[in-house]
Amino acid sequence: MAEVNLRKVVKRYDDVEAVRGIDLDIADEEFVVLVGPSGCGKSTTLRMIAGLEDISDGDIMIGGDVVNDVPPKDRDIAMVFQNYALYPHMTVAENMSFGLRLKHYPKAEIKARVTEAARLLDITDLIDRKPKQLSGGQRQRVAMGRAIVRNPKVFLFDEPLSNLDAKLRVQMRIEIKKVHQKVRTTTVYVTHDQVEAMTLADRVVVMNKGRIEQIGTPGELYHNPATRFVAGFIGSPAMNFMPCRLEQAGDKLSIRLTDRLTFPVPPIRTARYKNIPRNEPLLLGVRPEHITEARPHAEPGVEAFDAVLDVTEPMGMETLVYFTLEGAQICGRVNPNAAAHDGAPMRLAVDLNNMHLLNEANGVVLGRP
Amino acid sequence: MSAVTIDKGGPRRKVKYGSMSRDRTWALRWSYFFLVLFAIFSLTPPFYMLITSLKSSGEISAAINPWWVFHPTLSNYQELLGSNQYLRFFLNSAMVSIFVVTITMLISVPAAFALSRMKFWGSAVLATGVFLTYLIPDSLLFIPLFKMFAKLGELTGIQLINRWYVLLFIYPTLTVPFCTWIMIGYFASIPKELDEAAIIDGASWLQTLTRIFIPVALPGLIAATIFAFTVSWAQFLYPLVFTTSTDQLVLPVGIITTLVKGDVFNWGQIMTGALLGAAPPLIIYAFLMDYYIAGLTAGATKG
Repeated sequence: MAEVNLRKVVKRYDDVEAVRGIDLDIADEEFVVLVGPSGCGKSTTLRMIAGLEDISDGDIMIGGDVVNDVPPKDRDIAMVFQNYALYPHMTVAENMSFGLRLKHYPKAEIKARVTEAARLLDITDLIDRKPKQLSGGQRQRVAMGRAIVRNPKVFLFDEPLSNLDAKLRVQMRIEIKKVHQKVRTTTVYVTHDQVEAMTLADRVVVMNKGRIEQIGTPGELYHNPATRFVAGFIGSPAMNFMPCRLEQAGDKLSIRLTDRLTFPVPPIRTARYKNIPRNEPLLLGVRPEHITEARPHAEPGVEAFDAVLDVTEPMGMETLVYFTLEGAQICGRVNPNAAAHDGAPMRLAVDLNNMHLLNEANGVVLGRP
Repeated sequence: MSAVTIDKGGPRRKVKYGSMSRDRTWALRWSYFFLVLFAIFSLTPPFYMLITSLKSSGEISAAINPWWVFHPTLSNYQELLGSNQYLRFFLNSAMVSIFVVTITMLISVPAAFALSRMKFWGSAVLATGVFLTYLIPDSLLFIPLFKMFAKLGELTGIQLINRWYVLLFIYPTLTVPFCTWIMIGYFASIPKELDEAAIIDGASWLQTLTRIFIPVALPGLIAATIFAFTVSWAQFLYPLVFTTSTDQLVLPVGIITTLVKGDVFNWGQIMTGALLGAAPPLIIYAFLMDYYIAGLTAGATKG
């Protein structure tokens, strides 16, 4: 087990920069998820850590040693691929033991390790089958088993659940978390699914266009995003953004959304925003769960307003409501028992205690603690 | 609106759809019809060879129904198999084919692996070049090749012309490009992640080739082997040009040069010789076809 450090790592393909100088420190035993839209450089970063891609610039360290020119087999890493990449002509046991056999481990130890990994992954019964006799979920378990038996310094996962159906994905997500709790190997996991990132990670690295947008625990990213990209990427449905301006009257700050609609900034947020220039174009960021039906007893910082709903989506445990505000489509989550109907007016309330203000021009979240 | 107008305007056309099983039955019937037709077409010459080989010279030249054997005899077989000359041709052919197949595989499998997986400078051009080499007709090459080997003999004193083993240098120029091309195709169909997984598992390039690629691409390997064997077994032009002494001849040339004496065609023995000569490829096909299992890669990745 080891820590992984990336120092100003760059990957260039001809004249395209896929990864533009990223710094990342992954602690020993940590589970770090790289997440971002396709083409953000997350897979390239993982493949550079694995040694499957050369790095154009910078340094990669595993366990304190610079591994820039170390071939993959000597980096002591194991990788799980999106399409499993099992050797089709070998049985499950042979697949899992291939790496150990190449390194001439004693037969007894190979058998012990394979048995242990199979037990951990609950594939003991499948040990003599060929990959084509296995389901997708079983194949992915075998692929994980192949990684575990090697007992490497670092596990690398490249979108391992993307080929599975939704139900199995949730199940395997839990499996992966359990395995990590048991073996505690430093793990770098790549996914485009923010739910996977939030649920699995000790820390999430959000990447966009070859750069790191923000590194933080799932909670930090959710409650305290640094940029509009992170705020919009983490959380589903995504955070709402409404054009607004900050106004001041005496000590009181208020947010003007339209000519007729202003909200006072709640006291707990006033300190944050007191240094923001007034009357500049800003964005108000509010998560859907902070826009609910108006309740009779208004709590501090919760402001009621009227909206005409465009569409409602009953989800069972909640109903998503969509309405338009100054051209921006806004989503709210209301109680399924609230009277929400397509095309009908509804009294809603926004919880400004959880609001964010963003610079409209560069998307930076303002006044972060 | 418009749909209603159309409904009123014209009579509704009822489209009859045949049931799945009935469509399938007819498709099968047509398939069988054409397969039988094709089988008759392609089996007629071997059948004619077979019945002719069972006739005496007298019966062959007699003006009776040529599609029937009235007095079957094995004399042609006895004479040929009893002749050291014919057995010599057979042995030469076998040695040439076995060596050529071995040489071809030893060159083209690593070449295909390198060209399909190791992206080095010029690998794409080289891969295309390999294929283009195959497009040059062999009938254009035999004169320059003959001159080359003759010159080599003059310069070094190594006599290769009129030796059966000269064919071991020549046939690979035909088989290697094509087999390399086949293998490039098979190797290209192996998912990239499979060799990446092997490399991470600690395999060298050679181990990746021998322990992953060759087993996975076995059907392709067998196809290439069959091709190389067929080419070297049935080649006629090159051995005709490069070998002349009867003890150096291979089967196809040997049959023609020794069994056609002037204007006398010993048809019975020619047919017998050709038929016996066709046996080894047949046996090899039958044997290898069992291993020619498609879909060996199933289950490697999500399919």
